[in-house]
Amino acid sequence: MSTQPFLRIDNIRKRFGPIVASDGVTLEIEEGEIHSLLGENGAGKSVLMSMICGMVRPDEGEIVYKGQSVRFASPRDAIRQRIGMVHQHFMLVPNLTVAENYILGQGSAFGVISDMATVHRKIRALSERYALDVRPDAIVEDLSVGEQQRVEILKVLFHGIDLLILDEPTAVLTPQETDRLLSLMGDLVKDGKTVVFISHKLDEVMRVSNRISVMRDGRVVNTVKVGETNARELARMMVGRDVRMELPRSPKPPGRTVLSVENLTCRAETGLPAVRDVSLHVRAGEIVGIAGVSGNGQTELALALSGLLPVDSGRVVLNGNDITGLDPAEINARRFSHIPEDRHKHGIVLPLSLSENTILQRYDQKPFATGRMLNRRVIGEHTRDLIKRFRVKSRDENQPIAALSGGNQQKLVVARELARDPDFILVNQLARGIDIGAMEFVMEEMLRQRDSGRAILLISTELEELFAICDRILVMFHGEILGELPPDRARLDELGLLMAGNTDQPALAG
Amino acid sequence: MDDMTSLTFLAALVGAAWRLATPLIFASIGEVFSERAGVLNIGLEGTMLVGAFCGFAAASATGNIPLGLSAGVAGGMLFGLVFAFFTITIKADQIVVGAALNLLGMGLTAFLFRTYYVSTGKGIEIAQPVHIPWLSDLPFLGEAFFRQNLIVYSTILVAIVATLVLYRTSFGLTLRAVGEHPKAVDVAGRSVVGYRYAAVLVGTGLAGLGGAFLTLGHSNQFVEGITSGRGFIALAVVVFARWSPIGAFFVSLLFGLFYALQLMLQAQASIVVPYQVLQALPYIMTIVTLVAFRGKGAAPSKLGQPYEMR
Amino acid sequence: MAEINQGVRETVNSQAAQAFYRTLSQAAISALTPIAAVLVALAFGALLLWLNGFNGSDVVTVMVFGSFQDIRSVGEILLKATPLILIGAGLCVAFRCSIWNIGAEGQLYVGAIAATLVGTSIDGLSVWVHAPLVMLAGALAGAAWAGIAGYLKVRFQASEIVTTIMLNYIALILTSYLVTGPMRDASAAYPQSARLVREAWTPRLVTDLRLHIGILVAVVLAVALYIFLRRSSRGFALRVVGLNPHAARYAGMNVARNIMIAMCISGAMAGLAGAFEVAGVTRRLYQNISPGYGFEGIAVALLAGNNPLAAILSGGLFATLRSGSEVLQITSQVPQVLVLVIQGIVILSVVAFAKLRDILRTVA
Repeated sequence: MSTQPFLRIDNIRKRFGPIVASDGVTLEIEEGEIHSLLGENGAGKSVLMSMICGMVRPDEGEIVYKGQSVRFASPRDAIRQRIGMVHQHFMLVPNLTVAENYILGQGSAFGVISDMATVHRKIRALSERYALDVRPDAIVEDLSVGEQQRVEILKVLFHGIDLLILDEPTAVLTPQETDRLLSLMGDLVKDGKTVVFISHKLDEVMRVSNRISVMRDGRVVNTVKVGETNARELARMMVGRDVRMELPRSPKPPGRTVLSVENLTCRAETGLPAVRDVSLHVRAGEIVGIAGVSGNGQTELALALSGLLPVDSGRVVLNGNDITGLDPAEINARRFSHIPEDRHKHGIVLPLSLSENTILQRYDQKPFATGRMLNRRVIGEHTRDLIKRFRVKSRDENQPIAALSGGNQQKLVVARELARDPDFILVNQLARGIDIGAMEFVMEEMLRQRDSGRAILLISTELEELFAICDRILVMFHGEILGELPPDRARLDELGLLMAGNTDQPALAG
Repeated sequence: MDDMTSLTFLAALVGAAWRLATPLIFASIGEVFSERAGVLNIGLEGTMLVGAFCGFAAASATGNIPLGLSAGVAGGMLFGLVFAFFTITIKADQIVVGAALNLLGMGLTAFLFRTYYVSTGKGIEIAQPVHIPWLSDLPFLGEAFFRQNLIVYSTILVAIVATLVLYRTSFGLTLRAVGEHPKAVDVAGRSVVGYRYAAVLVGTGLAGLGGAFLTLGHSNQFVEGITSGRGFIALAVVVFARWSPIGAFFVSLLFGLFYALQLMLQAQASIVVPYQVLQALPYIMTIVTLVAFRGKGAAPSKLGQPYEMR
Repeated sequence: MAEINQGVRETVNSQAAQAFYRTLSQAAISALTPIAAVLVALAFGALLLWLNGFNGSDVVTVMVFGSFQDIRSVGEILLKATPLILIGAGLCVAFRCSIWNIGAEGQLYVGAIAATLVGTSIDGLSVWVHAPLVMLAGALAGAAWAGIAGYLKVRFQASEIVTTIMLNYIALILTSYLVTGPMRDASAAYPQSARLVREAWTPRLVTDLRLHIGILVAVVLAVALYIFLRRSSRGFALRVVGLNPHAARYAGMNVARNIMIAMCISGAMAGLAGAFEVAGVTRRLYQNISPGYGFEGIAVALLAGNNPLAAILSGGLFATLRSGSEVLQITSQVPQVLVLVIQGIVILSVVAFAKLRDILRTVA
C-alpha cells in the first residue's frame, strides 16, 4: 500500500466570469474504489470532473494522478493517461457509426481509414466481455438513449482507461437499466478500474459506492465511507440544512374535469410516432403527474397539448371546449398556462428584459397595450409586482433575464404563467436545473394553486418531485400511458417496471 | 433543324455545359467542405472574384497559367483566412461577415483592376483545349466531352479526391463530425477551431480556383463582377446536392446546362423569347432548386453556429 | 422624521442617478463602437491608396470633407443619403427580426419600375395626387418583391439570403429587358424609358437644387420605424421572433406573419427609395439606376446597430463618403469603387468592436 492516493485534487479553483464553479476543492480518490460525488445541480461536480479529464483548465490548484502532478491541455492528454469520462450529454456524433465514433480523434490526423475490420472485431470482443450489446456498424442516431449510453461507456473502455468518470449517467435510464449500470460499475472495479460516479440521487449513491464526497457551492464539504452514513445525513450535507421531503397537502376532493385528452396521437418533429392513443383527464384542485424516462413522448405530449405540435388524431377538451388543432395563441387565451420543459428554448427570450418576458403572451392585450402601442408604465408595475411576490432576485425589471440564475428565471416563468389566471397549468419539468431553495418554493406554489382549485398536469422525470406533490401518477412509456399509481413510495418497484414498459402485473390492471 | 445539326448542337451544348459548370463545381465542392464543418460562407461570391482577379493578375504578369491558377487559389485562401478569423476566432455572425467580404471582394478587385489594368485593355492567353488522340475525334462524344482544357478535366479529379478525403480519411471523418457535434471532436482531442479553419481554407481555395478559371480558362479578361452571382448559386447547389461532393459535381453540371442553353440559344436567331429570359434562367432555377429540394434533414446540424468551448 | 425622509430621498436619488449613469455609459459605449469602426475603415482606405501610389490623406481631406464645399454639394450628399437612410432603416427592421434581406437592390429596382409605370402611363393628375401615387407604387412593388422571398422562406424554408440575391439579379435583368424593350423610349439612342410626366415628379425641397422632399420622408419614416420597433406591440413581436422564434411560437405569436411583415417593410422602404431615384432624380428608368444603394444599405443598418434612428446618421455618413469618392475620382483618378472597400471594412470593424465590447464587459 502506497501512501500516495491514486488521484489527488488539491485546492482547485475555477471561475467562469463572475461565477465561481470550484472554490478550493480538495479530494482524494483511492485506486479500485467507486467514489461517488454527490451534490445538487450547480454544486460544481461536473466542472470539477471536466478539469480532471482535460476539458476545462483550473485557474489554481494541482491535480496529482498516479503520484505525478498532471496538467492536461486537452481531453486527449487525459485519455493518454488512461482517464475517460462519460458525459451527461453524450459525446457521440449522431450521423456516424459506432465504430467511426470510436476512431474519431485516434491515430494520425491525416491518415487514410483502413482496417475498420479490426476495429469492429475489437468492439465486438469488448461488447461481449461486459455484456453491453453494442453493434459497431450501427448509426448512432438510430439508437435509443439507453443504447447510446452503452455505446458511450464502451467507447471509453475501447480507448483503454484506468479511471472512469460517469456524469449523472442514470438520469436517462429506467430503474431497471440503472440496476444494470450499477452492476457494470462493480464489474469494472473487479477488472482493476477506478470509478467516479457523479449523481444527485441518494439511493443510487448509497447502493454502489465505497466512499461518498458531498459537494456544495463549489466545495467538497465532506467525504464519508458508505457504511458510516445514511441518506438523511447526506441530504443535510448536500443542502446545508434539513430537507423537508414531505410537503403538507390538504386532503380535498377534486372538482369538475378541466382538461380531458381523448385518444391523442401525434408524431415528433422528425416524423416518427411519439404519442400513441393517450387518454387522461385532470380535475380542478388536483395535480396529475406523468412519470417516465425522458424521450418516451412526454415532450411531444406537452407540445401537442399547447398547440406547438400538430395532432394526428384524438381530441383535447379544455373546460368543455374542443381545443384540438388550435394555435398556441387561441389555446393561451382559454386560460391555459404552460411552464415549458426547455426554458431557454420556449420559456423566455434571454436578451430581453424581465418586463418584456412577462408580457410574452399578452403584449398586445389590455392593459399592457394601449391601442397598438406598449404601455411601459403598466408593464413595469406588473413586473415589479411579480418580482416581489415570487421573490425573484434581480437588479430591476429592466435587467436582461439572461443575467438571472436558472432558479430565478424559472420563478419568473412560473410567476408569468400563474399571473395569467389559468384554469389549467401544464408543467413540464418544474424544477429542472434550479437550486433546492427555488425548487421548494415553486413546488409549494404548485400546491397552493392546486388548493385554490386549479388543475395541474405535471410531467417530470424526477420521481421525488412527483411523489412530493402529485395526487395521481400516470406512467408514460413509448408514447403510451401504461398505468396509474397513487403517489406511494412503497410502490416504487411497480412504477419502475411500468417506466421500463413492463405491464405484466395483474395488480396494475385498470 | 435536321438530325445532324441538332446532334451537333447537342454535343456543343454538353461541352459548353461542362465548361460553364467548372467554376461552380470548384466553388460548390469547396463549400461542401466548409458547410460540413459547420461554416456557412456566403462570402463565396467575393472570394471567387478575388480568385478571378489574382489569377488574371498573375497570369498577365508571367504568362504562366498554372501560376495564375495557384495565385487564384492563394487569393481565395487569403480571403478565407479573414473570413475564418472573424467567424471562427472571434465568433462573429457568419452572414454579416460573408456580406462584408462580398463588398470587400467586389471593391478591392474593381479598385485594383481600374488602377492597373482597365486602361491597357490587354487580354491574356487562356488555357487551350487539350486534344486527346482518338477520343477527341469521336463523333458527338468528342465534341461533348473531349475537347476541353485541363482545368475542366480536373473537375472530375477534384470531385473524386474530395469524396475520398471526406469519407475515407481520418481528416474527413473529423470534419464531418465537427459540423454535427463539435464538442465530441473537442473531447476526442482534436481542435474544432483548427478543423473549421482547414475547412474554410479548402472551401475558399477551391472558390478561388473557380474564380481563376473564369479569367484563365474561359474569358481572357477580368471584368468587374465577372462571377455574376456564381458564388451565391454555389450555395444553392450545395443544398440541392445534399452536402455531397459528387452531388455538387452533377448539380453544378445541371446549372452549367442552364448557362450553356442561355448562351447557345442567344446565338440562335430563330429564338423568339427575349434574351433576358434566358439570362435569368440560372437565377430562377436557383430559386426553384431551393424550393423543390429542401435539404432540411441533411444539413449539418451546427451549420452557421460558432463553437463555444463552454 | 425629517432625517428618514432625507435618507429615503437620497436612496431614490442615488438609484435614479445610478440608472441614469448606466444608461449614459451604455449610450457612450454604443456610440464609440461605430465611430471607431469608421475610423478603422478610413485608415484602411488611406493605406490602400498609399500602397497603390495615391495620396493616402485624400481619404480624410477629400472623401470626408471634400464634398462640403457649398450648399449645392451638401444638397448632393443629402440626395444620396435619401435612399441609404430609407433602405438602411428598413433593413434594421428585417435584421431585428433575424431576416437576412440581402435583396434591397432588387427591391429598389422593382420600385423604380413600378414608379416609372405609374409616372409615365397616367396623365392629367394633380401633383398632390400623382407624386404620392408614384411613391406608393414604388413602396408596394418593393414590398411585393421582398414578399416573394418572405413567402418562399415561411412556406418552403428557402434561405432568404439566396432567394433575395437571386431576385436582385432577376430584377436587374427585368429592368434591362424593359428599358431595351417594352418601355424603351424609341427616340433615345441610349436604352431608357420615357420621361415621367411633370406631375409625377417628387417636389424639390429648394428650387435650384436637385434635393427633393424624399430626404424628409426618409427621416420621418426612420423615426417612425424606430418608434414602431421600440414601442409598438407589433414591433415587440418582430423582435421576439428575431431573438427566439421558438419562444415566439410558444407565446402564440404568428412567426410566419411577423417574418412577412418584416420582409415587406424592408422591401417597401427599398421600393420607395427606387421610386425617389426615378421620380426625384433621373425622371427616367435606366438600366443602372442604382450604384449599389441596396448593398450599401446593409452596411448602413449594421453600422447603426440595427437602430433605425441611428440609420439616419450612418446613412448620412455613407452618403458623404460616396460623394467624396466621386470628387476623389475626378481630382485624383482614384477609382470610386473604393467606397465598397470602406463599406466592407466598416462592417468587419463593427463586428470586431462589438465582440471586443462584449469581452470588456465580461472582464469588468
